[in-house]
Amino acid sequence: MLAEVLDAAVRLVAIVAVFLVLPLVAGQMEHKVMAHMQGRLGPMYAGGFHGWAQLIADGVKFLQKEDVVPAAADRRVFALAPAVALVPYLVVLAVIPIGPGLVGADLDAGLFFVLAVMGVGVLGSIMAGWSSGNKYSLMGGMRSAAQLMSYELPLVLAASSVAMAAGTLSLPGIVAAWQWWWLPWQAVGGVVFFVAGLAELRRPPFDMPIAESEIIMGPMTEYTGIRFALFMLAEYAGIIVLSALTSVLFLGGWHGPLLPGPVWLLLKVFALVFVVIWVRVSFPRFREDQLQKLAWTGLVPLALLQLLLTGVVRVAAG
Amino acid sequence: MDGYFGSYALVFALLAIGVAIFGGGLLVNRLLRPHRPTAEKLTTYECGVDPVGEGWAQSQVRYYVFTYLYVVFAVDAVFLFPWATVFAAPGFGAATLVEMFVFLGFIALGILYAWRKRVLAWT
Repeated sequence: MLAEVLDAAVRLVAIVAVFLVLPLVAGQMEHKVMAHMQGRLGPMYAGGFHGWAQLIADGVKFLQKEDVVPAAADRRVFALAPAVALVPYLVVLAVIPIGPGLVGADLDAGLFFVLAVMGVGVLGSIMAGWSSGNKYSLMGGMRSAAQLMSYELPLVLAASSVAMAAGTLSLPGIVAAWQWWWLPWQAVGGVVFFVAGLAELRRPPFDMPIAESEIIMGPMTEYTGIRFALFMLAEYAGIIVLSALTSVLFLGGWHGPLLPGPVWLLLKVFALVFVVIWVRVSFPRFREDQLQKLAWTGLVPLALLQLLLTGVVRVAAG
Repeated sequence: MDGYFGSYALVFALLAIGVAIFGGGLLVNRLLRPHRPTAEKLTTYECGVDPVGEGWAQSQVRYYVFTYLYVVFAVDAVFLFPWATVFAAPGFGAATLVEMFVFLGFIALGILYAWRKRVLAWT
């Protein structure tokens, strides 16, 4: 019994450490990679060496800022929204396997659980948009809801293609069943999943709910201090979760030659984080109706084709 | 920590930790921050001018057709997951596959119809 509790405690500590550290690494990476792609240096002062402590300094600043709740806001919902946006990404980390046997909890319905819990995160954004009592926030919230209509379905269909290929919904089971030839076999599904995931995270080019050049900061317009910081943390935790899920489902998770499994997963995750940043630097923002059109006439049919391909190959192969 | 729901114990512990992280952040913030609200500070932000009317303005939801389509497909996805785990198992195979694609085909026909009716664009 004691051994079991200790084992669970170690897993929990590891998951929380990953949740608190990797989003900061991704954020700092975004600062630096974006800066260099745009011919700038990015943060250079905080912490001395290439501004490594910039985000920690930001965090300390946010912690000391006054907590302003606008008089027109719906106070309770306004206060709760950052938690609804942030906590699901922590919970999802529990089921992402980093090596054979190295997973917080091996759930039978792991893939289903992940999709369900990730879907909760967007509610935080809609809650914030509605409760702020601000026109920009309301528009941002409505755009978030519009985005939900577009990304959720391709995401779910692409993920179920992997479940079909592996014949299980357990994430460690999926990675254990993975073979190298799944890369070309599931490639279309992988791209659909990643693009839909970008839309879920409201990352550029799908950042129209936030769109700082037209609706200030969308749902986050009225937020300041620690609550705003938690929204930002949710965004970067989301990038980590999406990259980790894409790696686990489509890129073979811990599989790889020479290096140990968790290192391979970490490499794949940060390669995808790099792609997320690269896409942000390279593409202009879509309009909301353009995203819906892309999703319903592009991503959904592609995902259905992938399902067909997966099913036929699986049955033909026995 | 055994049985089917035993595997969810860690998930619930993690949920509790997540709530604690949120609460802890707010608590530390409360200890460190100033608190000097003024009427101006608490006004709704509207690019510097005084807010006009209420924040909860009426607006037209231009994507309600997508919402219907979305609900139809979300339900279909629920059927897809349990099917995905068994369709290639012994005793199922090609017939099971065809059945699901007849089902998906009907729904895909729905999208095609919506597309031809030009409702997959904002009005």
